[in-house]
Amino acid sequence: MILSWINHGASVLDLGCGDGELLSLLIREKQVRAQGIELSEQAIHSCVASGLSVFQEDIDTGLSEYSDGSFDFVILNQTFQQVRKPVFVLKEALRVGRKTIVGFPNFVNASARFQLFFRGKVPVTNALPYEWYDTPNLHFLSIADFRDYCKKRNIQIENSAFFRKNKSVRLLPNLFAEIGLFLLSS
Amino acid sequence: MNKLSQEIRSLYSGQTQTIGSLGNVETKYFTFANPPDLFTLESGEKIGPLTLAYETYGTLDEGKTNAVLIPHALSGDAHVAGTHPGEKKPGWWDDMVGPGKGIDTDKYFVVCSNVLGGCKGSTGPCSTNPQTRKPYGLGFPIVTIGDIVEAQRHLIDYLGIEKLLAVVGGSMGGMQVLQWMVGYPDRIRAAVPVATALKHTPQQIAFNAVGRQAVMADPEWKKGNYYTSSVPAKGLAVARMIGHITYMSDASMAEKFGRRTKPEKGSFKFSAEYEVEGYLRYKGDNFVKRFDANSYLYITKAIDCFNILNGHSLDSIFKGLKAKVLVLAFKSDWLYPSHQSQEIVKACKLAGVDASYCELNSTYGHDAFLLETEEQAKLISHFLRPVSNGKHYGGYQA
Repeated sequence: MILSWINHGASVLDLGCGDGELLSLLIREKQVRAQGIELSEQAIHSCVASGLSVFQEDIDTGLSEYSDGSFDFVILNQTFQQVRKPVFVLKEALRVGRKTIVGFPNFVNASARFQLFFRGKVPVTNALPYEWYDTPNLHFLSIADFRDYCKKRNIQIENSAFFRKNKSVRLLPNLFAEIGLFLLSS
Repeated sequence: MNKLSQEIRSLYSGQTQTIGSLGNVETKYFTFANPPDLFTLESGEKIGPLTLAYETYGTLDEGKTNAVLIPHALSGDAHVAGTHPGEKKPGWWDDMVGPGKGIDTDKYFVVCSNVLGGCKGSTGPCSTNPQTRKPYGLGFPIVTIGDIVEAQRHLIDYLGIEKLLAVVGGSMGGMQVLQWMVGYPDRIRAAVPVATALKHTPQQIAFNAVGRQAVMADPEWKKGNYYTSSVPAKGLAVARMIGHITYMSDASMAEKFGRRTKPEKGSFKFSAEYEVEGYLRYKGDNFVKRFDANSYLYITKAIDCFNILNGHSLDSIFKGLKAKVLVLAFKSDWLYPSHQSQEIVKACKLAGVDASYCELNSTYGHDAFLLETEEQAKLISHFLRPVSNGKHYGGYQA
């Protein structure tokens, strides 16, 4: 889906790019000019080996070295819920990118609700595979929460897509989707 | 002790690759700037003829596209890797350079030259001044990192290399990398500045200044005119000892020496009691055997004067640079701390240069660029591969 939102030859900054899989795909399919930011040294090794441009940095400290609108797209895929300061990071992403793509696990999908309500346990699902003691996720939000937040802060949702087990979910995404993906502009 | 440090070295680096695997290598000499075509220094002074000592490893390919230049640090020389006939000790970056190593001599043609102002075969203060037929001494002009790189450029021209695949260097070698990026952006395809800085800070200048003071305070120094008598060994040794402290870290010293004392106790009250004292003395005394005190003054001065910005703004310094850049720093390096490398990264970002940055884990302080070769070698070889294959993805300027 991210692929279809990004136009040919665009400039892309991936915040928390991991081993650079998405950026490599975007380069191959869309000939984008790519740049990644990542904290893990091992992941940096993989990126460098793929010829990617990557910086070992903490996105929580901001993107002050980039001027406004210096990228066509800034991507926060599955890292948004893991940063310490999501408000600040999203604000920075929206400033630096003309468009921002945010993807995160929906913490209130049906399976999670079931586990929480009937079993009285913190949910462990496909999109939330971690136990309570080893999760890197710091913020727990739903698709509805994110929509509300964007409305409150006047962030434009230009497009959205929802997934469960890699399949698109159209009906009641906040209940059924495991992952929410948003295309935003400020 | 030599063997011990050798063992520590290979232990530190975690390398199982054979030491000196390049086999016997030889130093070559290139002389240029013969009168009347003298070499003009940044200061405007003219000097010539100049000789650069250099070594090359590997084979230059037909299109001359696989050359990697490795500028050396303060006390380095042209002898990067392999061994000289009759010597056991390999070159100073043997863990990194050789067949199958980080900078793979099976793939790349590696060039390293001793810096202008040095004392390992290139023209410097201990060379004979053709006008006086005596060593230059303090008659040698002040040289800059810019001059050092300009001299290297003559060598690269002489070798027939139009465009270097990469320039890779740490510390003062890293300054030369930055100088290539700014001075000859069209003649490099990649650059790897390691544990270095855009400019020397007051703290860095201070350490070098104390080193120079130690040399000049030695009565044997005689205003640099000691070539026919004994050398200022004490002063230079102290300078090197200070240097060595700044190259290590609190953790690496604690690990290497602890508070262990030497087995033999000298009769003198203040003889070296702790292992660390003995080690520093050994390093200092050893350095005197292989390094010229005046060269130490000239080269540390060149380092102190280094400021690649030189009145330019951070965002303009790398404007238009097409080369790919990999900036590396080490966590425990307090002499060239990582924020200085991040400043280089910032300049790259502001100019839209295709750059990458990694801060490597190491406890060895500034010395990590020589010792912590395993991760470094992996990163550099990974980085060079796509460059030599012609892949180029980055840069973000719209």
